[in-house]
Amino acid sequence: MNLSRIFHAIESIDPEVYERTSNRRSLFNNLTSAGVKAAATIPLIVGSSLKSAYGKGSASVGDVLNYALTLEYLEDAFYKQGLMAEGLIPENRRAIFQQISKHESAHVEFLLGVLDSMDVTPVSKPEFDFTANGMYETVWSNYAVFLTLSQAFEDTGVRAYKGRAQELVGQAALTAALQIHSVEARHASMIRRLRAEKGWITGAQTNGAPPAVYAGEDVTMQGTVNVTGLGYTTAAATQAFDEPLTPDQVLAIAGPFIVAP
Amino acid sequence: MNKLTIPKIVPGIPRPQGFMTPLKRGAFLRYLGVSAAATGMLLAGCSDDDGDKAPSSVDLGSGDTGILNYAYLLEQLEAAFYVKVIDSPYANMPAEEKTLLMEIRDHELAHRDFFKAALGSAAIAGNVEFDFSTIDFSSRSSVLTTARAYEDLGVSAYNGAGVLLESPDFLLIAGKIVSVEARHASAIRDLLNPFTAAFSGDDVVTPSNGLDQARLPADVLAIAGTYVKTMVVFDNLPS
Repeated sequence: MNLSRIFHAIESIDPEVYERTSNRRSLFNNLTSAGVKAAATIPLIVGSSLKSAYGKGSASVGDVLNYALTLEYLEDAFYKQGLMAEGLIPENRRAIFQQISKHESAHVEFLLGVLDSMDVTPVSKPEFDFTANGMYETVWSNYAVFLTLSQAFEDTGVRAYKGRAQELVGQAALTAALQIHSVEARHASMIRRLRAEKGWITGAQTNGAPPAVYAGEDVTMQGTVNVTGLGYTTAAATQAFDEPLTPDQVLAIAGPFIVAP
Repeated sequence: MNKLTIPKIVPGIPRPQGFMTPLKRGAFLRYLGVSAAATGMLLAGCSDDDGDKAPSSVDLGSGDTGILNYAYLLEQLEAAFYVKVIDSPYANMPAEEKTLLMEIRDHELAHRDFFKAALGSAAIAGNVEFDFSTIDFSSRSSVLTTARAYEDLGVSAYNGAGVLLESPDFLLIAGKIVSVEARHASAIRDLLNPFTAAFSGDDVVTPSNGLDQARLPADVLAIAGTYVKTMVVFDNLPS
């Protein structure tokens, strides 16, 4: 068991997870009364509590979280490399990318911690080629290209989490996944606005990103309701609802950037 | 019965900014504590006017319907706010800000009307009345800090309610909406603090795990209650 990851998971699991964990009270009692002397036993307590919080149906939950981990690995690597590329990100925009990078790294650690606590083997970090074999060969020198890919990854991330939420109905892991999902949407909105676009997606407009990233974003039917039929323009109706992507669609988008799994 | 707890301050997870002054907040908490703790009702003031259209109280209901009505209520609040923002814009509202706020208004209206249509006869009836008297609509700062608070609250509400939904279809719809609320929050936050980390700031995204906020309905309604005149009964919501 990786102790540092478990400790990290203690700090990082949201309070709502504890709310739904039957042994929440005993967990907190244990944590507060255990003290320094008993520190060695805490990871075990927390490990089992996390397992009861996240463990239900853990095969499919683990699968979804590993899927998320792959995407977070990709984003984390992308921003780390971008921040290291000299002269790429303008000085007065670095704070934005440092914040995003911080979150992607935190998402990787968080997911590793949860998977570890569930005794699910995490996927290994893939090797990435963000030039996509030369298609974006100036990604580390041309800020506009970097921004375009950033937007593509963030919007894909939003759509990817959404696409698997239904597999987590009623699960504690759903809340955590939603809490990551909305952060990706905050990022996406900011990156889009840096590109002088709207923070939201209109129709299936790509604005230079691979079209697959926005496939299906132009629907106006939500469940049984046609939103344009309620008196809204197609633009507003499509902006107001973000659409999911299937794992196959996401793989097709991310695949060119993954050299070796 | 859904137990209403007095909203607690979670360390490291500050309340949305711009909601209320400490004094008002204290008064509101006392009100909840005395009047509503046992009933699970949200009492944010009585409407003195006859209010033909406004119901004296609304019951959100139970199960998935209750959660959808809860979302419907929050979307009504946001929509009513942005309608007012655009109807009485603050002085010298730059064109690009007006465009942005008008688009957000239209998204919230679309969300509101979507829930109304989707819920059909199960939708909470009549017009819920809101009280925006604490907002200075002539002030950019007042409007945008309120917008920020509403959007962040909306994100946390959907994030917290997702797990309470039983229907995968409703969960997907909620997911489609929450990311748009997060896009709004990001844009509003950037208007207030341009080109900083604020769009996804440490006050809403916990730095150690990169998770956005999630709130349970009782906590969200306790915060939103400042702006809701109509009595809201939510003690049958899942928890």
